[in-house]
Amino acid sequence: MTLNRNARIAAVVAFLAIVFVVVPAAISSSGRFDLYYTLTSVALLSIASAGVWLTFYIGRINIGQGAYALMGGYVSAILVMNHGWSFWLTLPVAGLFCAAASVLIALPILRLRGVYFAMVTLVLTEVARLLALALPITNGAKGIVSIPLPGALSIFGITLIPDFATLQNSRLAFYLLAVTLMVVCFAVMYRLVNSRIGKLCQSLQQNEELASSIGVNIAYLRVIAYAVSSFFGGVSGAIFAAISQSIYPSSFTVTDSVNFMLNCFLGGLGYVFGPMLGTLVLYFGWDLLFQTGQFQLLIYSGLMIVLMLVLPNGILSLAEMTRKKG
Amino acid sequence: MAEMLEVSGLTKRFGGLVAVNHVSFSVREKEILSVIGPNGAGKSTLFKLISSFLKPTTGEVRLKGERISGLAPHIAARKGVVRTFQETTIFKNMSVRDNVIIAHHLRSKASLFGFFLGTGAANADEAAFGQSADEILALLGLSSLAHETARNLPHGHLRALGIAIGLATNPSILLLDEPFAGMNHEETMRAVTMVRAVRDRGVTVLLVEHDMPAVMAISDRIVVLNFGQKIAEGTPAEIRDNPAVIAAYLGVDDEDAS
Repeated sequence: MTLNRNARIAAVVAFLAIVFVVVPAAISSSGRFDLYYTLTSVALLSIASAGVWLTFYIGRINIGQGAYALMGGYVSAILVMNHGWSFWLTLPVAGLFCAAASVLIALPILRLRGVYFAMVTLVLTEVARLLALALPITNGAKGIVSIPLPGALSIFGITLIPDFATLQNSRLAFYLLAVTLMVVCFAVMYRLVNSRIGKLCQSLQQNEELASSIGVNIAYLRVIAYAVSSFFGGVSGAIFAAISQSIYPSSFTVTDSVNFMLNCFLGGLGYVFGPMLGTLVLYFGWDLLFQTGQFQLLIYSGLMIVLMLVLPNGILSLAEMTRKKG
Repeated sequence: MAEMLEVSGLTKRFGGLVAVNHVSFSVREKEILSVIGPNGAGKSTLFKLISSFLKPTTGEVRLKGERISGLAPHIAARKGVVRTFQETTIFKNMSVRDNVIIAHHLRSKASLFGFFLGTGAANADEAAFGQSADEILALLGLSSLAHETARNLPHGHLRALGIAIGLATNPSILLLDEPFAGMNHEETMRAVTMVRAVRDRGVTVLLVEHDMPAVMAISDRIVVLNFGQKIAEGTPAEIRDNPAVIAAYLGVDDEDAS
């Protein structure tokens, strides 16, 4: 990022103002309350996509994020339903569970590169779906339904977050929750990428052999990056389960995994905010094309191919190109 | 002079092929030792064995008395054995300076989490690495290219950058894989000066090379390999007059050579 410090602070303030003030105000004045749900989904999907982006950043094509989103959703749902946990506690636990599971999965598969790693992760989503169908605890194809809305969160008797069930507008509450987590997620990502860790990740992406020759523990770094990625996937899946108050084996499928990856491609693999923009454009783009009916998928796929040919470095590379020309 | 690196009885078999056969020699502190030999003599395999990129079938490599063979490459690097690469292996999408800064990774005192939080130790590391990187770039004549993206560098400078990356890890012994390959005479002479500068910083140098004039000019001692075996060891003058070496390079009928 070549923006100077003041411009960066201004951009952050403007962004926060838009997502926390302007958007809710606009929605309540226009009465389009369904947009809350749409934007909440975009925020959550962008968190999962951010995780995928991080695996891209260490040079791995990850088409398996759906598996962790599904896993996170089930962990949260099961803890709430069967063990009476508070949703707020299950949220980090779901993320950590996914991170731990991803470490076990990563140890053998992260040795693979390129298309081989991509294929294994693709299969992972399918494995997760089949597991959800087969395991007794996940209740098979019927899934887990009627999950209560998140309760109140209070620490030392002070209520930080009210009970969602008592709120008149739980959509707004979910929107604020999702957007807050998205902001935190991307702040963490930004810091990661702009610290030495980002440079180390880049060194893995560009040449693992050289990285290891200068003393970088490449296996360790790969696993860490993948665990962080899966953590994001799990958290986003857990909130999805809470919003829809249900989770099924088909809640996240291979299509979702592919979409998480496309979000990253579309926004730009070289830009930390790429997955956020990519998710927004892709989600609304798909909705807009709904009017074209049976041609929706055809036009959508065609546009994606054209975009990848014309803008191989994503939408955000446009900004850089104009800056260089100007 | 003390011995920096000891190679003893090193053997590597690939199936039925013995690429390196019971090779022993030692590298003394602050010397430049070259390993030469005709194509297919096992130089590259030997190089990978010493840098721990391959595990030996038998035999061992010791650094200052401590066994390093069989360790992972990044552990060997931590112990002080660092290699450069034959091809122009660099982080090609980073700036030249960032390439050298990242190579300081081994010297960092702060943890990864410290870097994430931006602790005092991490910031001190960053500042020290930047300064050290500038010094190394100056030493190797790369200062003017510091902010260039690495993949845009001309061939000779890429090689210099490879050496700069190796140097930044602060190695006890730097292994150079054919540092003069594909260079013209003038470039080679500049690279020879560079390698001497590296040694004068107190780094022991072991290099594997084809270019005979450069090797003769730069080496304190030379080890000659042929068909995986060591056939000679000595100063450049001794090697030049060694009949076995001449036979290996010029080719002699089998009966005469044995």
